[in-house]
Amino acid sequence: MKENEVPQDKEDYKGKSQIHKLMYATKEDGSYTQVNSEGWEVENMATRQAWEAVLEELQEIEARVRNGELSPIAYFMHKHLMELPILARHMGKWQWQIKRHFKPAVFRKLDQDTLNRYARVFNIPVDSLVRFGQ
Amino acid sequence: MAEQFIHQQHAHCESGVTSNLLKHSGIALSEPMTFGIGAGIFFGHLPFVKVSGIPGTTFRIWPGYIFKRVTQRLGLKIHTEKFSNEAKAMEALDQALARNIPVGMIAGVYYLNYLPEAFRFHFNAHNLVVYGKENGQYLVSDPILEGTSQIGYDDLARARFAKGFPEPKGKMYYITEAPDTIDLAKGIKDGIKQTCFFMSSPPVPWFGINAIYTLANKIEKYPEKLTPRQCTLYLGNIIRMQEEIGTGGGGFRFLYAAFLQEAAQYLSHNELGKLSERCTKMGDQWRNFAYSAARICKARESDLVSYKELSALLRGIGDTEKQFFKDLKAVRFS
Repeated sequence: MKENEVPQDKEDYKGKSQIHKLMYATKEDGSYTQVNSEGWEVENMATRQAWEAVLEELQEIEARVRNGELSPIAYFMHKHLMELPILARHMGKWQWQIKRHFKPAVFRKLDQDTLNRYARVFNIPVDSLVRFGQ
Repeated sequence: MAEQFIHQQHAHCESGVTSNLLKHSGIALSEPMTFGIGAGIFFGHLPFVKVSGIPGTTFRIWPGYIFKRVTQRLGLKIHTEKFSNEAKAMEALDQALARNIPVGMIAGVYYLNYLPEAFRFHFNAHNLVVYGKENGQYLVSDPILEGTSQIGYDDLARARFAKGFPEPKGKMYYITEAPDTIDLAKGIKDGIKQTCFFMSSPPVPWFGINAIYTLANKIEKYPEKLTPRQCTLYLGNIIRMQEEIGTGGGGFRFLYAAFLQEAAQYLSHNELGKLSERCTKMGDQWRNFAYSAARICKARESDLVSYKELSALLRGIGDTEKQFFKDLKAVRFS
């Protein structure tokens, strides 16, 4: 890639344009130099696409929580881009235990200590966790 | 080591951190040299290690490797430590900072709130330097950024103990002793030798050149085996690993070409210079691959032809790199 071929495709999506990453490119005489780049449409597309997939899924989950099919745990896990194994590691529990907590009926019976730990992992007040979707 | 730490922006986090820490210890070594001596270039495709349901692809060696190898090869003494809990890890950091030592560490990107949201996924192999503490805020030199940043205790503790794959476990590292003179020629030679070994030798389909072919075979079958949505997400993930951040472009191939060029000049070695030019072309090939992959994603096509073409493109890269690393391995150093 030549110095003048380094793409400068600005992308504002989720603050991406705040970073001007460093690229390595060749000068006219073939020697390497560093060039700051605003981004490249190719990777901008990939970033946006990955986020849109996450947000779309999150919307579906939110609807299911409001519908009483899933507990807020499922929502906040996805909101924090976590997967079952990561959340299980944070909570020091088995994956099947976390999965059980996805059931609204089980969630309603969770003790205060467990709820506090979930709230800490999600970095929100316990109240916001318990009341979500009501 | 009492003077102020100097932040400099680099393309890649770990080679950047290593280069900045070396400089602080009085050894001026560019990022490309650090990357090459630390044997940072790689390729891996792990169909069975999935993140968000997407198989993992990597263009770099595992985290912590570059710093370890560079310091080892150049004869520096280092201290590395992992911790069982957050409080101990943060206390050890505070103690090092009190002694004016800039500390390198591995962190989960998701919790680094000074980064724009666009980049904050659960990626746990990011490297940064904490070089001070002011008003309860940690001063951060993140080499992918132009300037320095700050982060609070809680967020840094969370980042250092991010869960998932891999887990940093609060890992921190710093240089304790630097020699007066370093044997750069030997470092270059050993780094190249190790890279050739990693790229050419693993007898498994998931690492090195073999993995390029593995990925090519998989891509060819994407439209048969996956939903159209999965197809585009899988391809998008490869593009992100290759280009999104921290690779200097072309999945580190340009960075490695810059290393070979600098090494050629330092050793007055014409052959390395020619190999550098070939490595630049490899980077261009990867860019072309990413461009074609993005076109398929955008068109949301899942017809067999385009995936076949993409797969052929990747096999072409595999062939080029196979020959390249073979020739690099054959280079004789006087």
